[in-house]
Amino acid sequence: MPKLLPLIEHVVKGPMWDCQMCGQCVLHSTGMTCPMTCPKTLRNGPCGGVREDGHCEVKPEMKCVWLKGYERSESWPLPKVWKEEFNHLRPPVDNRLKGDSSWINFFTKRDRWTPKGWANTTSETEKH
Amino acid sequence: MSQLEELITKTKEQVFTAEFPVIDGEGFAKVEKYAKRLKPWFVAVNATDNTAAHAHASNVASAIAMKMHGIEPIMQVVCRDKNRLAIQADIVGASLHGIENICALTGDDVTAGDETEARRVFDLDGPQLIRLATTISRGEYMSGRKIDPAPHLFVGAVENPSAPPFEYRVQRVAKKVAAGAKFLQLQISYHPDRLEKFCNGVVAAGLDRHVALLPTIVLIKGARPLKFMNDKVPGINVPQDVIDRVEKSTDQAEEAYKQTLELSQHALSLPGVRGLHVTDFRHDDTLERLMTDLGRSPRSLN
Repeated sequence: MPKLLPLIEHVVKGPMWDCQMCGQCVLHSTGMTCPMTCPKTLRNGPCGGVREDGHCEVKPEMKCVWLKGYERSESWPLPKVWKEEFNHLRPPVDNRLKGDSSWINFFTKRDRWTPKGWANTTSETEKH
Repeated sequence: MSQLEELITKTKEQVFTAEFPVIDGEGFAKVEKYAKRLKPWFVAVNATDNTAAHAHASNVASAIAMKMHGIEPIMQVVCRDKNRLAIQADIVGASLHGIENICALTGDDVTAGDETEARRVFDLDGPQLIRLATTISRGEYMSGRKIDPAPHLFVGAVENPSAPPFEYRVQRVAKKVAAGAKFLQLQISYHPDRLEKFCNGVVAAGLDRHVALLPTIVLIKGARPLKFMNDKVPGINVPQDVIDRVEKSTDQAEEAYKQTLELSQHALSLPGVRGLHVTDFRHDDTLERLMTDLGRSPRSLN
């Protein structure tokens, strides 16, 4: 099962979202646009290099992943809480999870683990 | 506390920062020359980190050299070239030498440089890097391992007010402020209307109480660098009429100066703007001229 699930997930999410199997899916909070398809794999919004036509600095033929995500987050009928999460500060990728099923990591809450320093600063900031 | 931090957080005075030229083989002679030139006008100056994805003397080494020559450095850190371990080592290592100002950038992609075959890292992104620097200043590495005493850091970042999605850029400022940014050096904008909208948005969201905006101004000699920026620099768009104005004038250098001065005056008039970040590609006497025309006088040098 642990090996079968990533395969099923890849088959389902691959063609639809170009899923990169980071194992810690944030698709719902990024306007149903996979941030791992950004050439810089940015998880927190567009860089400053977006071209005048809204295309990617690295791949001029491709629309900026984050521009797409922003437009979808604004216009698609997504749950309000997902839309609100668009502006959340997402933690650095946990590289150990690459290739895992994010479905399993979601249910076990493994995908919400963050390093202690990050977690401490987060709780410190939220106090203020 | 750095002079930059003091000026931004303890006073209402205008804040002027600049970009230090990249250092390759020129040694301390170059550092000395530009330190002398920039020191009278700027409270702190950026030590760049492989700017435009070209290798140069490192951000840490340049920042230390600048400090040795009496210039307060703002150490840029980009996400492109190093993973989180190396970045933490750089920030803590710089702090060992008394460097406090950090400016966190995502960074241009490797494709903007002259070694496009290099691996791009981006282990962190810009906002995550701000949060990491903030974590270090709280006295912890990312892992939670203590750093005692905590390095004193003054963390800032950059933002591009003129790149799509325009309406989203203010929300991105909010995210960077939440991550811990205290100042934002803004990418040069040749669209005053976009810059104005952006600054108004930052103020309307109440973010100017937490972050100082420093729009970038670029001193150039003619139309060629404007075209270069438009064609080659990611995220910079120069409208044709801006290029035409300089290109069609009889004295390009003078017209380019006038345009820069106008952009500077406009930027300084905007809400939330605390000062300017100046990049000088002219290397002539117009730096002094610009500062004087903006009503600045040389800082008293002790």
